[in-house]
Amino acid sequence: MILLPCPWCGPRDASEFGHVGEPVPRPDPAAASPAQWRSYLYLRANSCGWVVETWYHRQGCRRFIKVERHTETNETREHRQDREHRPEPESELQPAGDPSQQATAGTA
Amino acid sequence: MSQLAIGRSGSRRGIYPARYSAAGLIRRGLTHTEWPPAWRPHPVKPSYDVVIVGGGVHGLAAAYYLAANHGITDVAVLDKGYIGAGGSGRNTAILRSNYLTPEGVRFYDRSVKLYQRLAADLDYNVMFSQRGHLTLAHNDSSLRTMRWRAEVNKVEGVNSEVIGPAKIKRLAPFLDVGDKARYPILGALYHPPGGIIRHDAVVWGYARGAAARGVHIHQHTEVTGIDVTGGETPRVRAVRTTQGDIATRTVLNATAGWSTLIADMAGVRLPVTTYPLQAAVTEPVKPFLSTVIVSGSLHVYISQTDRGELVFGASVDPFTSYSMRGSLEFIEGLAGHVLELMPALSKVRLLRQWAGLCDMTPDFSPIMGTTPVGGFLVDVGWGTYGFKAGPVSGEAMADCIASGQQPEIISAFGLDRFTAGTLVGEKGAAAVGH
Repeated sequence: MILLPCPWCGPRDASEFGHVGEPVPRPDPAAASPAQWRSYLYLRANSCGWVVETWYHRQGCRRFIKVERHTETNETREHRQDREHRPEPESELQPAGDPSQQATAGTA
Repeated sequence: MSQLAIGRSGSRRGIYPARYSAAGLIRRGLTHTEWPPAWRPHPVKPSYDVVIVGGGVHGLAAAYYLAANHGITDVAVLDKGYIGAGGSGRNTAILRSNYLTPEGVRFYDRSVKLYQRLAADLDYNVMFSQRGHLTLAHNDSSLRTMRWRAEVNKVEGVNSEVIGPAKIKRLAPFLDVGDKARYPILGALYHPPGGIIRHDAVVWGYARGAAARGVHIHQHTEVTGIDVTGGETPRVRAVRTTQGDIATRTVLNATAGWSTLIADMAGVRLPVTTYPLQAAVTEPVKPFLSTVIVSGSLHVYISQTDRGELVFGASVDPFTSYSMRGSLEFIEGLAGHVLELMPALSKVRLLRQWAGLCDMTPDFSPIMGTTPVGGFLVDVGWGTYGFKAGPVSGEAMADCIASGQQPEIISAFGLDRFTAGTLVGEKGAAAVGH
């Protein structure tokens, strides 16, 4: 099983996601030359190694996310920007309130 | 054809290390003499006229036809693993020519004809069984595509016809053709010349035939770089490998799933992405299936080998990868789809599963011929259907290398079609239908 680290839902099975692939910047349709447009449409790096990809979490949060994956071993890890800018766990928990209160509310 | 002439002339004595025949088999069986190796390894020479990267059916067939048809024998075939380790040994060995576009039909028809006489040409039993090929239609739109394909096939002289459920049941009695099925079978495209072949034997036969004519086959020799001269018109100068550098003016990239990695070394960008395609085989059972069954809607194809094993294949995995590991999701989906077609197989156990790498192009058609870098040729983009095109691609690429021009039969498949906007849409017949 391949787990993808969704920044919103946590690690989830890859079968929940749609593979969008390598991010390719879209050139300006009015200004792009035919060669640039062809490159945007058809050419991909198709690297063998660690790549940054876009996936769509269609059976989860329905967001487009960026994930790093090794295309030969299918190991995955969070996108580097997400890793570096992740808020501290304490600051993330604070607004959620006391966990014991939540549990009581759930059973009531 | 010259390869036939070589096979029949007296000069063959001494070309092949040992001619395979029934008398030879009996003699060696009685005297217990060892068979000589089918071909000998050689040290890597510092230069070759032609270097072919990729020792699969495409690369070896190109080497064979270069030597047999054009007399070019200073050829090296390099493979980073052993010959036939990639797609050539991982496909489901189905051959057919019932494609959708006239270009596709003509091309694969030539391939099937070459396969028909391959055993005689190579003096090697490739076990080609033309048992008939059924592509099932489960809805009106696929039935319409089948009719379209049948008509294109007939115009091109290829035997295909649309048949109804009663005839399908006669050809494949274990198929559920009732109208209560979740995906009822409305009809099928019946293609009698289609069938299956022993894929390893095709690779070994080409290797033996090429080596006997002077081609060097270097296994476990990985290409690490390609030297290209600079300037306005770049040209291939040398190939760097793990066994030393090779000076050459012609390189053929026949590496399927790894083709973009090799092309990048020469500075050529290809519109190719690599997807794994998984297949599986069951334990052997008594022969009951004499045709190849394909369902595009259910993404499955089924055939029974001479050993009795059922071979199942599917479409490519849902994301790009260079990994050749099987997945449980695939097996679950595949088993469900097979049982939709043949409920009687529910107690048959799977023996093993595997994956091969497919070099997919935007229009589901191959990319063959010259590139902007002089002397760097490609025979790639074969996606999920490269094995069945092995002989004709080898023949066409050998012609292309020898003449320096794109032969007529592959003129539609050039790399420049993506800039020119002349794509060859073969998705209707090549996306799943094996």
